[in-house]
Amino acid sequence: MVFSLIGHYSLILGLCISLILIFFSIKNFRNSKILDAKILSFTFLQFFFVVISFFCLILSFVLSDFSNETVFNNSHTTKPLFYKITGTWGNHEGSLLLWLLVLTLFIFVFLIKTKNQPVKYKILTLVFQQIIIIGFFIFLIKTSNPFNYLYPIPEEGLGLNPILQDPALAIHPPILYLGYVGSSIIFSSALAATSLNFVSKKWASHIKKWVLISWIFLTLGILLGSIWAYYELGWGGFWFWDPVENVSLMPWLALTTLLHCIFILEKKLILTSWVIILSIATFTLSMCGTFLVRSGILNSVHTFANDPERGLFILIFLFSLIFLSIFIFFFFHKNNKNDLHSIFWLSKETSIIINNWFMMYFLSVVLIGTVYPIFLDVLSSEKISVGPPFYHKLIIPFLIPFLLIMSIGPKLKWIKSNLEDKIYLVSLLIISILISFLIVNNFDSKFLINTILISSALYLFFVTLRDFFIKKYKNISQNISHFGFSLLILSILFNNLFSTEIITNLKVGQTFESSKTKIVFEKINQKVEKNYKSIVGSFSVQNLNGEIDNLLPELRIYNQPNIVTSEADIITTLLSDKFMVINVVQNQDYFNVRYQVKPFMIWIWLSVLLISLGGLMSFFKRENEN
Amino acid sequence: MKTKFLPFLLILILIIIFIIFYRGLKNNNIYTPETNIINEAPSFSAELLYSNKIVNSSEIFNSNKFYLLNIWSSWCVPCRKEHPILMDLGKNKKIIVVGINYKDTKKNAIEFLDKFGNPYEKIFFDKEGIQSIEWGAYGVPESFVIYKNKILKKYIGPINQQSIKEIESLIK
Repeated sequence: MVFSLIGHYSLILGLCISLILIFFSIKNFRNSKILDAKILSFTFLQFFFVVISFFCLILSFVLSDFSNETVFNNSHTTKPLFYKITGTWGNHEGSLLLWLLVLTLFIFVFLIKTKNQPVKYKILTLVFQQIIIIGFFIFLIKTSNPFNYLYPIPEEGLGLNPILQDPALAIHPPILYLGYVGSSIIFSSALAATSLNFVSKKWASHIKKWVLISWIFLTLGILLGSIWAYYELGWGGFWFWDPVENVSLMPWLALTTLLHCIFILEKKLILTSWVIILSIATFTLSMCGTFLVRSGILNSVHTFANDPERGLFILIFLFSLIFLSIFIFFFFHKNNKNDLHSIFWLSKETSIIINNWFMMYFLSVVLIGTVYPIFLDVLSSEKISVGPPFYHKLIIPFLIPFLLIMSIGPKLKWIKSNLEDKIYLVSLLIISILISFLIVNNFDSKFLINTILISSALYLFFVTLRDFFIKKYKNISQNISHFGFSLLILSILFNNLFSTEIITNLKVGQTFESSKTKIVFEKINQKVEKNYKSIVGSFSVQNLNGEIDNLLPELRIYNQPNIVTSEADIITTLLSDKFMVINVVQNQDYFNVRYQVKPFMIWIWLSVLLISLGGLMSFFKRENEN
Repeated sequence: MKTKFLPFLLILILIIIFIIFYRGLKNNNIYTPETNIINEAPSFSAELLYSNKIVNSSEIFNSNKFYLLNIWSSWCVPCRKEHPILMDLGKNKKIIVVGINYKDTKKNAIEFLDKFGNPYEKIFFDKEGIQSIEWGAYGVPESFVIYKNKILKKYIGPINQQSIKEIESLIK
C-alpha cells in the first residue's frame, strides 16, 4: 500500500520534471551554455523517479499487495516469485510504466553519450523527447494508472494469464521495448537536427549508433516473441502474421531501411530528406503499433484490454506527434537540390536505394494487411481478416530480386564502381541453381518458384560465405548480417517445404501407424505443481529408420485463473525439430494428438541471432573508431 | 507551388485516417461468428428414445412433408415453456414434429413426456450432444423447419405464438 503511494507520487514528480525541463530549455534556449549541466541532472532525477515508481510496482507484485488494482488483476499468491516479478510488465499498466522507464533511460544515456554535438541540438532533442515523455506520463496517470487503489482489499488476486508465465516472455517485452523506444530517440534527434538544419555527415555517424542499438534490440525482441509463440501457443509455427506481430515488424522494416540509408548519408550527404522521413516513420509506426494493440481496435491474441478511452488518447497523441513532425519537416527542412542526380547507376548508393524500394514495398504490404480490415469495417462494416496467404503471395515473389541484389550490392563501391570478379559471381549463381534444382527435384508441387527462390537464397548464402574466407573483407559485420539473412530465408523455405504433420485422435494404449511413422500413446501421468496441475502424455514415436523418440506433451490446468494450456514437447536437433502437442477432446477419453517434424527450425532462430550479431559488431566497431 | 501543395494534401490524408481510426474505436469489435446457414439438412444416425433402434435421419426428412425438428431436454426450463405450443403444433396435420433429446437421460426424458405430453412423432436420443452440433445448435431449445431435406427456417430459443404464425404461413 505504501509502495503504491510512493510509486504514484514518483510518477507525478517525474511529470513535473518534464514540464520544468521544457520550460527552462525554451526560456534559456539562446544562452544555452548554462543549461548543459542542469539538464543532465534534471534528466537523471526524472529517470530516478521513474525507477522508484517501477520498483514500487515490482515490490507490490512481489509482496502480493492486492490493494493495488494492477496486482489484483494480474497476480496471485501461489505464483512463483519469478513470474510475480515478470508479471509486472505482463499487463497493460505495468508495460506502459516499463515503456516510460526505457524512454527516460534512453534520453539520459543520450545526454551522457552525446558530448561533441552542439548544445542547442542536445537541448532540442531533449525537448522533443520530453514531449513524448509527457504524453506517456499523462497517458499512464490518467487512463492506465498502475497504482490504482482497491478497497476493500481482496484476499486473493486474479492471477496472471498462464500463457504469459514463461521465461521467454518474461524478457520479451523489455527487450522489444528497448527497440521500440530506442526509435523515439531517433525521432527526437531527427526533428532537432531538422529544425537546426544540422543534418550532416557528422549527425549521421552520431545517430547511427542509436539506430543500430534499437535495431539490435528490436530484432532480438521479435525473435523472442516468435520463439515463445512457437512452443507456447502450440500452433507449431514461428510467424503467424498476427496483427501484433506485424506491428513489431513494421518498425523493424523501417528501421532496417533507415540503417542502410544512414550509411549513404554518412558517406555522401545525399538522401537527407529520406533519412528524416524514415526516422520519423519508425517511431510513428511504433506508436501506431501501440495504438493498434492497446486500443482494442484489432482483435488479436495479444490484445491487452479493450478500452476506447485509452485508444482515443493514443490516437490523438500519435496524430499530434505526426502533425508536429510534418510541420517541422516542411517548415525547416531545406532540400538538397542535386540529390539524386549525382548517383551513378552502378554503385553502392544505387543498390541501397533499390534495397529501400523493396523494404518500402514489404512495409506497405504489411501495413495494408494490418490496417485494411479496420478501414473496411468502418467504411462498409464488413469484417474480414487478412491471413498468411495474402502476405505470402505478395512478399515471396519479390524476395527473389531482393536476395539477388543483396548478394551483388555490397560488392559495389561507393560513387562509381565496376563489378569485380564476375567469373566467381556467375559460377556461384550456376552452382546455386544446380543445387536447388537437385533439392527441389523430388517435389512436384510449385517446382519453378521454389527452385528460383532457393537458388537466390543459396546464391546470397554462397556469396557471403565466400567473402568470409577469400577476401580480407572490410565490412565483416554487414557480411554476417547478410549471411544470417540468407540462412534465415533458406531455413524458412526448407522448413515450409519439408515439414510433415500428423493429426490424429488417440486413447491411452492406442497406436497410430502411417507409412513413415508409428506413434504409440503409452501412458498418462499426473503432476502437481505450485500453481498448476498437469497431465503428461507419454508417447513413443518411431520413424522409418527405426529410431525411437519419447515425447512428453503436457496439458496444464492452472489454478488461477482457471485456464488449460497445452505445452508442446519439442525435441530439437541441428537438423530438425520434433514437435508434439495434445489437446483434450470434449467429454471423451480421446486426446487430439498433433505431431510435426520441422526441419531446420533451430536455424531460423540462429540466423536471426546472426543478423543481430552483425549489428552488434558494427555497433562496437564504430565505438572503437571514435 | 508543388511544395506548398504537398503538406496540405498530406494533412488532409492524415485527417481522413484519423477519422477512420476514431470511428473504428467506436465500433463494436467483438466478433460474433456468422450463423452458418446450412440449407441442406445434415444427416445423422441416432438411437430412438423409445425403441432403441438406430435410425438415419435422412430416411425421415426426405419425404414430401413438412417437419419441425425440435432440440429439447428435460432439464431445460425454456423447453417447458414452449412445450404446450409444440403440443398444439403436434395436432396440425400438415407438419410432423420430430425431437432430438439433448444431453439427457432416458429416464428423465420419458418422465418429462409422461408429465407434459408427447408432441413428437419420433425422438432421437442424443446423449453426447454430438448430433445437435452437426445442426449448428447453440443450445436448447432450438427448432428447424424442414421440407424435402432442406432447412427452411431456424428458431433459436423457445418457439412462441409469433413463430407458430410464421410456420403456418410456410406450410400453407
